[in-house]
Amino acid sequence: MPQAEKTPDKTQQIAGKFPDERGHFGPYGGCFVSETLMVPLRELEQAYHRLMQDPVFLKELDDDLRHYVGRPSPLYFAESWTRKLGGAQIYLKREDLNHTGAHKVNNTVGQALLAKALGKTRIIAETGAGQHGVASATVAARLGLECVVYMGADDIQRQALNVYRMKLLGATVVPVESGSRTLKDALNEAMRDWVTHVDTTFYIIGTVAGPHPYPAMVRDFQAVIGREAREQIQQQAGRLPDALVACVGGGSNAIGLFYPFLDDQNVTIYGVEAAGDGLDTGRHAAPLCAGQPGVLHGNRTYLMEDPDGQIIETHSISAGLDYPGVGPEHAWLKDTGRAQYVAVTDDEALQAFHDLTRIEGIMPALESSHALAYVTKLAPTMDKDQIIIVNLSGRGDKDIHTVAALEGIEV
Amino acid sequence: MSRIKNCFDKLNTGNRKALIPFVTAGDPDPALTVPLMHAMVEAGADIIELGVPFSDPMADGPVIQRAAERALLHHVSLRDVLGMVATFRQQDDHTPVVLMGYLNPVEVMGYPAFAAAAENAGVDGVLTVDLPPEEAQVCAGELRARDIDPIFLLAPTTDDERIKLICEAASGYVYYVAVKGVTGAGNLDVAAVADKLTQIRALSHLPVGVGFGIKDASSAAAVATVADAVIVGSVLVKQMELAQSLKQGTEQHDTITAGITGLLAQMRAAMDAIV
Repeated sequence: MPQAEKTPDKTQQIAGKFPDERGHFGPYGGCFVSETLMVPLRELEQAYHRLMQDPVFLKELDDDLRHYVGRPSPLYFAESWTRKLGGAQIYLKREDLNHTGAHKVNNTVGQALLAKALGKTRIIAETGAGQHGVASATVAARLGLECVVYMGADDIQRQALNVYRMKLLGATVVPVESGSRTLKDALNEAMRDWVTHVDTTFYIIGTVAGPHPYPAMVRDFQAVIGREAREQIQQQAGRLPDALVACVGGGSNAIGLFYPFLDDQNVTIYGVEAAGDGLDTGRHAAPLCAGQPGVLHGNRTYLMEDPDGQIIETHSISAGLDYPGVGPEHAWLKDTGRAQYVAVTDDEALQAFHDLTRIEGIMPALESSHALAYVTKLAPTMDKDQIIIVNLSGRGDKDIHTVAALEGIEV
Repeated sequence: MSRIKNCFDKLNTGNRKALIPFVTAGDPDPALTVPLMHAMVEAGADIIELGVPFSDPMADGPVIQRAAERALLHHVSLRDVLGMVATFRQQDDHTPVVLMGYLNPVEVMGYPAFAAAAENAGVDGVLTVDLPPEEAQVCAGELRARDIDPIFLLAPTTDDERIKLICEAASGYVYYVAVKGVTGAGNLDVAAVADKLTQIRALSHLPVGVGFGIKDASSAAAVATVADAVIVGSVLVKQMELAQSLKQGTEQHDTITAGITGLLAQMRAAMDAIV
């Protein structure tokens, strides 16, 4: 297995230079799928590159983001929370205010336009927390496309509200009973559907994982988060931030925020994984902090695996982070040292969920609460004139049942 | 000369086609695998494809997914599978054995270590479903250096350019996936397969095996009229499930072996009857 080369010179990671033409981020990424999908993936890549140069397509995408999604999303100075933590100034990038309540829609709007341009009549998606499923069902409803969403049977239990939302939007939600019955198994099942219906079907992958060109394509659609934040912070604070913080499951909201800042060497970047019950318990979902490189779901990246190379079950309070892999660009950012990856536990995330709700009147998703939990550790170590931007990637309405159940309350 | 090339050369001389059964190693338990391999050879198998269980078999349908799950209940690892091949080789030195599975267990063992262990065990070919030739250079190089054939898939979606690329990377044989879908998928269309095989043969001299959608003796015979090898998996693996209700051990093993060898013998007879 190729080992990552450690590159001490951080400037080698320059936005726009990765991946290479076969989808590699250093030793990571690539295209590890069965032969049936190789030509469709190449066609997708070609169509994607063509359309991203097409002014008509770009105008349509921009209009949709503005008028349908509601972009730009605000960059909000969390003054009360900043005061409470007593350190760096904290700005929240409010992706929770997007249509459908999370950053996921930035990507589904883009991929749905691609599906339409390619003449596909049916879209499929995998989902963990249900946010990507809802965002896919939403764009499918709008464009009149058939939509099938694969979701782990356990996640369907945890995220009943989003399951019902998808059904209201006209999607078929297929419970996946195989394996660990969570996000990774939903991805397996969506891949099986795609290989079977590849002529008619567009697979909207929800994160920056999967075979090339998905990691680069999803990143490019999500990079609107970081482009806006970079402009907004300069308008509002007159300068760039000192640190960025975002939660990392597959890592799409994180790369969306990070990517436009990769060349800004004075901006420190933190990705926050789910430590579940604690990294030392083995019950977590933190492949970058505690896993090894391997190949799963079409790309080489850090994985949670046993010594035989079998993928192991993950645990997180947050369904959206409960995934044994991570986008290959994050693996590369880790090895090059451009970004640092840390992890916070279920309990710490839950505390942050309550804190932000009570102190700022903003109820964050449990995924985003992981990023917020790390901010509560980071901000007090920084000076008061320093700035942190944290990606508030989604709103917490979908998690109310989970939080209530933990407190023994029936809603 | 590799056992695989030898095997196809011999079959060619007799104007016969290869019958290649697939079973998952360790399914339903590790004790059955080696005896079942011998029994399949006796029933007419020319080459054996042995599935290496993986936790996330993305390209497989429910039947072979469940086979992997049963094997993993017994923690059957890539090392264990290599051990089974070594045991098989103690009594059978001529039947080629091809390992079929996913990349990650190989990746974790490391390519050079895997290639060395596979050679020592007596493995003849390796088909890694999620490793297209573009990503396979290092792994295939290690295998070829030890006279193990890297075997690749061709699909209905594969165009001329890729057929050339794949056939240049492959040796032993190539595996044509006859239907778009996962293992155990619907029925194949023999006329469409024949057309694709004409396209493949115009670009390569390697033997072409055809799999996916072969369910019985008549479909095996139909495919044998156009292909060099008939590959059959899910319909055999189903025999493991049919015997699930029986008591584990000898009774269950005997029922499974009888079911699988019965199917293979019918296919063998039907395939041999066409020439």
